[in-house]
Amino acid sequence: MITLGHYLIVSGLLFTIGFAGVLLRRNIIIIFMSLELMLNAANLSLVAFSRFRVDSAGMPNYNAQVFVFFIITVAAAEVAVGLAIIVALYRARQTTHVEDVNSLKF
Amino acid sequence: MPAFLFWLFALVMLGFGAAVVINRNPIASALSLVLCFMGLSALFMSLDAFFIGIIQVLVYAGAVMVLFLFIIMLLDLRVEERRKINVVAVVGGSAVALAFFVQVYFVVGQLSAAKQPFPALGSPKMDDVRNVGLLLFTNYNLPFQIIGVLVLVATIGVIVLSKRELR
Amino acid sequence: MSSALPWYILLLPFFAAVVIVLLTKSSRGLSSFISVAAVLGSFICSCLVFTTENIRSIELTWIDLRPILYVPLGFVLDDLSKTMLVLVTGIGALIHIYSLGYMKDDAGKSRYFASLSFFMFSMLGIVLSNNFVMMFIFWELVGVSSYLLIGHWFERDAAAEAAKKAFLTNRIGDFGFMLGILMAWTATGSVVFDDMAQELGRITSYPGYLTVATLLIFCGAVGKSAQFPLHVWLPDAMEGPTPISALIHAATMVAAGVYMLVRVGFLIQASATALSVIAWIGTVTAVMAALIATQQNDIKRILAYSTLSQLGYMVMAVGLASGEAAMFHLFTHAFFKALLFLGAGSIIVMLHHEQNIWKMGGLAGRLGITFLTFMAGTLALIGFPPFSGFFSKDLILALAYEKNPAIFWLALFTAFLTAFYMVRLIVVVFFGKPRSEHARAGREAPWVMITPLMILAIPAFASGFGFVAKLFLPLPAQEEHGWLVPGLALAATLAGITLAVVLYRRRESDPLDFALVRDRFYFDEIYGFLIKATQGVLASLSAFIDRWILDVGIIRGAGGTTWGFGSLLRLLQVGNLQAYSFLFGLGIVGLIYFTLFR
Repeated sequence: MITLGHYLIVSGLLFTIGFAGVLLRRNIIIIFMSLELMLNAANLSLVAFSRFRVDSAGMPNYNAQVFVFFIITVAAAEVAVGLAIIVALYRARQTTHVEDVNSLKF
Repeated sequence: MPAFLFWLFALVMLGFGAAVVINRNPIASALSLVLCFMGLSALFMSLDAFFIGIIQVLVYAGAVMVLFLFIIMLLDLRVEERRKINVVAVVGGSAVALAFFVQVYFVVGQLSAAKQPFPALGSPKMDDVRNVGLLLFTNYNLPFQIIGVLVLVATIGVIVLSKRELR
Repeated sequence: MSSALPWYILLLPFFAAVVIVLLTKSSRGLSSFISVAAVLGSFICSCLVFTTENIRSIELTWIDLRPILYVPLGFVLDDLSKTMLVLVTGIGALIHIYSLGYMKDDAGKSRYFASLSFFMFSMLGIVLSNNFVMMFIFWELVGVSSYLLIGHWFERDAAAEAAKKAFLTNRIGDFGFMLGILMAWTATGSVVFDDMAQELGRITSYPGYLTVATLLIFCGAVGKSAQFPLHVWLPDAMEGPTPISALIHAATMVAAGVYMLVRVGFLIQASATALSVIAWIGTVTAVMAALIATQQNDIKRILAYSTLSQLGYMVMAVGLASGEAAMFHLFTHAFFKALLFLGAGSIIVMLHHEQNIWKMGGLAGRLGITFLTFMAGTLALIGFPPFSGFFSKDLILALAYEKNPAIFWLALFTAFLTAFYMVRLIVVVFFGKPRSEHARAGREAPWVMITPLMILAIPAFASGFGFVAKLFLPLPAQEEHGWLVPGLALAATLAGITLAVVLYRRRESDPLDFALVRDRFYFDEIYGFLIKATQGVLASLSAFIDRWILDVGIIRGAGGTTWGFGSLLRLLQVGNLQAYSFLFGLGIVGLIYFTLFR
């Protein structure tokens, strides 16, 4: 039987995959995608909890779903801005590799 | 929903999620991400969150991924040429990620609620678009408006950033 | 009768000083006129006060924390202070007038007269104060104004150094004075002299405490009246203009110490130990200064050491429990010493600021009036009858004979030395052949300078007679000793005169040469060494603390620690996004570990 724990573990795995992507990949676009994975892992947890907390009327807790809605919206805006920054970066440096962007180094 | 469907979609999601990270070709990564989100969307629906599942497909698989692909193609990114892999960085990063997962595993293991099945819903027929919408326009009206402003700001920001001459 | 007159006496010179500093500084003539007018006004008021019986002054309350502390702004107007008022303003007025001539062409004339007026204000404040707090304030003001006056020619290093020395030496004494005041106040609960005298019973039962308090108060007098061992500033103070030497270092400021001792005589006389210490310090000062004076070559320094010696007499008299005798000698001494200094000033000015007596000589003929008046002062100083000094010194000698023979013989020896060095001075300066160009060309000083000399010569001669002095002072009841004491004193004086005349007649240089005496018993050197030694140790100690503990330890240590940690932390700033995210992840894993698994 599928319990809440299964969903949470799956969510944690997805988050870990995204986290590893951020840590290991050096292409900014891939890092960006990994960030999206992490965000959606959080969404999965939220929806799972929403389904778990059924109220007296037999309805899932929609607050969590509203949060998921917000997260998706913010993520979409973030993607738009982030990609615009990547385009600007590419114009300036002709690269999407994080190793090539290190002018903050002392 | 039958248990095997959960396992199937979870496997799809995680597999393609891993493919996103592993693939060296950005386009392949982006397409893997689409499939990953499809699996995720199916999991949402398995949790009776149909509205969220649909939004997931529409927004991510539809809009965001198209944007990704568009940018990748615009920048004409090729398959990443093999750079020298920093072994220390790879091992360290993997270790940190793994440690994180182990922590999540133990936290979930200690959570008593995690072992319980999902309670049954009152009626199988749910108006969740309506319910989510009601909450959005009543309890969460102010955050909703702010999100609107945020999207507007993002739009303007993107336009400014995309102009060729940055001043 | 309550009167505001004392306030006029006190404040006239003060306002003169303020007006000069604030308004008329650029006009030298006007400044000097204001100052002279103020001191003359003070003098007239003083005379009025002096002639009024039972006068009482308006008293203001300054600090009223009764029963702990009550400080009035009040004046004491008894015979003692009335005499001092007349003395200070009278001699002050003469010296102001004399200064008109002496400082005629000085660029800092306005400043000089402002300081002079300010000094008169401070000195009169000491004389008039009826409590210790006021007296201490004016005491310090006298110190300040003497600093200003000694350092009047501050372009000269010697003058600036002398001013500093005078001020610092006085401060040493004043510190003891302040402690003494605080102790006396603690014991009697009052700082007003009259109240203290009434409450004296509370302190006399603790002789040790009383002795310490009295001796600390005496410290103030030691500093101001230049007694051994704080006498070193007075000879150096001769760097100031000569009228200042006459005013401050002969007639008034140095007399303040003696006056103060007489004023608090009730306190001092309560402690026998303190009395004998005071008497012996006075004696030591008298003998030592007289010895030094015999070997000095600078005319002003000779007079300075003779002042020290005479002040020693006065302090000796205080120590012999006779404030009246001390005041009597102070009274006569003020006249003849001012006269001597002013005479010396005339000589110095006429010889273009030549002060070495061996460059003078044969001045008796050309500086006739100066010579005569100077002679009068000298005879008074050496105690030649019937000049004033004879009577006052005789009184002290008789007192010593009666109370302490050892002191008597030393005082007699001092009288001999006094006669010796003063006659030496006279013989070398006024007789013989001129020994320099300036001495040959010397001419009599202008009238504005000669007149005060002549005026002063009169009291220098006459102020010692009993019938004159009684007008001003309560004279102690004298026991009849026959002619023994005066005879011995006269014999000592005559011996001194004879010896000096024999030794110094027709000499071109000093036949005697005692390096120890000439170099003033090496007091300056010893003090210099002591100060240098202690200062050296302290300085190297504080330099060590500053350099190693403060600089290296705290300042550079703090900076270095920050810098060190900074350069360690800098290693983390690799500039690599993934390294940052790695550290970030590590931090999150650590955070979860510490919050959830501990």
